Amino acid sequence: MSLDKVKHIVLVLSGKGGVGKSSITTQLALSLSLAGSSVGILDIDLTGPSIPRLFGIESAKVTQAPGGWIPVPVHASNPSANIGSLSCMSLGFLLRERGDAVVWRGPKKTAMVRQFLTDVLWGELDYLLIDTPPGTSDEHISLAETLLKNALPGQVAGAVVVTTPQAVATADVKKELNFCVKTGINVIGVVENMSGFVCPNCSECTNVFSKGGGEVMAREFNVRFLGSVPIDPQFVMLVETGRRPVYPVGTLVNGQPFNVQNGGDLAADVKDPRLLVEKYKDCSLSSIFKDITNDVINVVEGRVVGTAIA
Amino acid sequence: MAPSLEEAPESVQDIISNPLKVAPKLVAPEPEHCPGPESETAGQADSCAGCPNQAICASAPKGPDPDIPVITARLSGIKHKVLILSGKGGVGKSTFTSLLAHAFATNPESTVGIMDTDICGPSIPKMMGVEAETIHFMLPNRDDAVIWRGPKKNGLIKQFLKDVEWGDMDFLLVDTPPGTSDEHLSVNSFLKESGVDGAVVVTTPQEVALLDVRKEIDFCRKAGIKVLGIVENMSGFVCPKCTHESQIFQATTGGGRALAKEMNIPFLGAVPLDPRIGMASDYGESFFDAWPESPACAALKGVVRRVGEEMGLKAESVLPED
Repeated sequence: MSLDKVKHIVLVLSGKGGVGKSSITTQLALSLSLAGSSVGILDIDLTGPSIPRLFGIESAKVTQAPGGWIPVPVHASNPSANIGSLSCMSLGFLLRERGDAVVWRGPKKTAMVRQFLTDVLWGELDYLLIDTPPGTSDEHISLAETLLKNALPGQVAGAVVVTTPQAVATADVKKELNFCVKTGINVIGVVENMSGFVCPNCSECTNVFSKGGGEVMAREFNVRFLGSVPIDPQFVMLVETGRRPVYPVGTLVNGQPFNVQNGGDLAADVKDPRLLVEKYKDCSLSSIFKDITNDVINVVEGRVVGTAIA
Repeated sequence: MAPSLEEAPESVQDIISNPLKVAPKLVAPEPEHCPGPESETAGQADSCAGCPNQAICASAPKGPDPDIPVITARLSGIKHKVLILSGKGGVGKSTFTSLLAHAFATNPESTVGIMDTDICGPSIPKMMGVEAETIHFMLPNRDDAVIWRGPKKNGLIKQFLKDVEWGDMDFLLVDTPPGTSDEHLSVNSFLKESGVDGAVVVTTPQEVALLDVRKEIDFCRKAGIKVLGIVENMSGFVCPKCTHESQIFQATTGGGRALAKEMNIPFLGAVPLDPRIGMASDYGESFFDAWPESPACAALKGVVRRVGEEMGLKAESVLPED
C-alpha cells in the first residue's frame, strides 16, 4: 500500500475550526524539511482544503500514474543545504474551479479519505503529516479506522493537537483529546496558536484571544505542551504573496532579539525568487517552530517518552 | 490526463434536489458509490448490485420524508429563520450568532431562539452562559467527544426540529458547523418547507478563509438559499496601548467586501477584532451590555440593522438607534 515507505505518520487535529491546523501543518512541514527530513502532507479537509493555497500551488494538478496518484511536489530535496523534499495531496487539486463547493454526505467523504490513504504514491518519506477538518466525524472516523487497519505497527506516531487560547476553543479541543483516547491515538502534544499579537508600532503584546488556555488544557489532560505560537502577519504575507518577512530592528522573539540572516535591506516588496522553505527561515515563527519540531521529532523517534492520556 | 472530480457538480445537484426521505434501516455500511438509501434510485443503481442492503433499499417507501410536514407545523409559530454559515471554521459564526441574538432581543417585544447544529463542536451554550439546548446539553460530560457519522447527525438535527417545543418566536437563528456537508444539507431540506429568510455568511479578511466561504456561497446558490449578505469579522485590530490599527488577518485579495462584490451579494459590514468580544463570550455575557461604547459594538449594531433590512424589516424595529 501507498503508506508502506512512510516512516512516521503524524496527525494534526483540532475540535475547533480556524485555529490554524493547516498553518501549523504547513510550518511543521517546512521545519521538518529544514531539519533534513522528507515530508508529505495529506489534506483530508474535503469541504475546505487550505493546503494548496498555503503553499501557493492552487493551480497544480495531481498526476495519475500506474498504481495510483502522484502527489504535487512543493520542492525537491537539497542534500547540500540539508533540506528534505516536500510534497502535498489535497482535494483542492482535484477540483475544476477553486470556488466549487464539495457537497458530500458522509459515505462519500469516508470513501475519499480511504482512497487518499491507499492510492497516493508517496514513495519514501520520513514524515507524513495529515491535516484534518474540524470536528470528530466522518473524516476522522474513516482516518482512524483506515490507519488502524492498514498502518504498520508503530507507524502512526500520534497527533499534534492545535488550539487557540480562549475557553470557547479549548472546550471543543478537549473533545478532540477524548476522541484520541477513544480511538487509541497517541497525543504527541498540544500547540497553542494565535497566542498574542505584537503591535508592530509599539511592540505591546495583546492577547487577542486570551492566553494560556492551551497550556492549562495540556496539563489537565497530562499531555506535553509543545509551545505557543503568536500571530505574525508577516507569515500570512509570506504565504499569500511570497513576500519575504521583514521585522523592525529590536523585534524580540521568545525574549531574544530576532536576527534576520539576510541583513536589513528593506526591499521586501521585490518578488523574491527563493523557495518558500528558504524564505520561511526569515520568518519569526521559524525559530519557535524549530523548538516545537525538535520536540515532535524527539517524541516520535522515541528519544523521549511520549505521554499517554490516562 | 490529471484526475479530477468531473462528476462533482452533477452529484451535488442530485443531492440537493433529492428531498430528504426516510432512510431505511441498513444491515451493512453504504458502499462508496451508494446513491444514498433515501434516493429515488436506492436499490436500483448499478452500484447496488451485490450490496447487502439492496433488497432493503429497493423495498423502502419512496417519497418525501413524512416528518417534514411535522417539522413545518412545529416551526409555524416562528416568524423569521436565519442561517449563520461559513465554509471556514473559527471565523466567529457562533460569536456572531450569539451577538445577533442579544441584539434582536434588545427589542423587548422580540423573542429569539438559537439552534446550534454544530454537533461535534457546539459553542453556543458556553457563549450564551447556559453551560449545562444543543447536543451539548445532552452530553453526560461536557468534554465528551461526539464521534458520529453523517446519518446519526442528520437524525439528531431532525429530532431538534421535530421534538423541541419551539412555540411562537420572532427569530430563530440556526448556527452551523464549518463546511458543506450533512448538517447543511439536512438543515436545508428540513427547513425548506417552512421557509428560511436567508443566510448570513461570516468570513475573516484573509484569502485562506475567503476560499472556503466562496464554496459555501456556491452551496447556497445550488441549494436555493438566499444569501442575506457577508459579514467580515476580525477585520483590523486596534492596539489598546497605542491605538495603532494593524491588519492581523490581512485582506490580500480585498477581503469580504471584494468577495461580496465578486459574488454580487450585499456586504453587511466589517467588525474589528476586539479581545473583549472573546472575553464576554468566554463568560457568557452580552458584549453589547458590557462594552456599549466600543467601536466593535458600533460596527456590530450596524451589521445587525443591515441584516434586518435584508430580511425586509425596518432597521429601527430590529435595533433602535441609540
